[in-house]
Amino acid sequence: MAIKDYLRERFFPHMWCPGCGHGTVLNTLLRAVEDLGLNKNDIVMTSGIGCSARISGYVDFHSLHTIHGRALAFATGVKLSRPELTLLVPMGDGDALAIGGNHFIHAARRNIDITAIVMNNRIYGMTGGQYSPLSGPGKKATTAPYKTIDNQFDVVELSKAAGASFVARTTTYHVQEAIEIFKKAITHKGFSVVEILTQCPTHYGRKNKEGDAVNMLEIYRDTTAKVGSKALTENPALLGRGIFVDKDTPEYCEEYEKIIQLAMREVA
Amino acid sequence: MAKKKLKEHRINRDWCKGCGICVKFCPGKVLELDAMEKVVAVRPKDCICCKLCELRCPDLAIEIVEDEGDE
Repeated sequence: MAIKDYLRERFFPHMWCPGCGHGTVLNTLLRAVEDLGLNKNDIVMTSGIGCSARISGYVDFHSLHTIHGRALAFATGVKLSRPELTLLVPMGDGDALAIGGNHFIHAARRNIDITAIVMNNRIYGMTGGQYSPLSGPGKKATTAPYKTIDNQFDVVELSKAAGASFVARTTTYHVQEAIEIFKKAITHKGFSVVEILTQCPTHYGRKNKEGDAVNMLEIYRDTTAKVGSKALTENPALLGRGIFVDKDTPEYCEEYEKIIQLAMREVA
Repeated sequence: MAKKKLKEHRINRDWCKGCGICVKFCPGKVLELDAMEKVVAVRPKDCICCKLCELRCPDLAIEIVEDEGDE
């Protein structure tokens, strides 16, 4: 398997639970990287804290396992100093949008050329199943034994409003679609957000009676539909998958380079 | 287009955690979990080399090796 060249095999089998979707995210992301033929020495992955953040330890890229919610801040620093590198930033839903909510919207606003991957399992898995800003109302968690009352963020709408120039959503059931979306997100010049629904059978699935990993994947299959499809127009209760935004807007590092050139001319 | 032909299912038993995702979603019903809850290819003749098991496996434990053969 060629994707093994991108793995740190000495850390396998990985620490994720049986049936955890995060492994599928790793699998599909590496296949996208392989299809694009990227050199692993040109890729930097930064991650924060959580089950999802452990992904940076398993890939044989340059990796930074940083502090909670701040993966994008570290990635911004790396990208500004070495704009030729490809930045991949996988984050959990809580890491990206609760602890790192501000970093997320401002990275999107700047439109810096980073691929942000929101691995949305709707719960804080590592710390024992607390509800997250993406759990949504009426869900059970260890911190919400009588159900949650908080509304969830819509990652797609939030990213659009914050200024991301590429926004997509997929799931760990739709693996071929996920690979194609990752490829487009990585090649896109500007801030790309990919929300990927990933199952947590240990906490979210068990507390919300969604069954095991297989049942949870069936739920993704049955409750989502491709944007622009007949199924989605006929049944608005389904969740849209696919690419929502793909536009060319000025990229941060390129604009910054122009400022450097301008300042150099003034000095000379 | 030449039909894809299977050479073997390369299964890493140390990495497989027996979640059953590959077993459930295999269109040819090729795979099963054994007594150790590890995946085995019990009907390899039915494999159509769609590689969905390989792509969906959260443990990166399956690889479909195709027969490059004479075709």
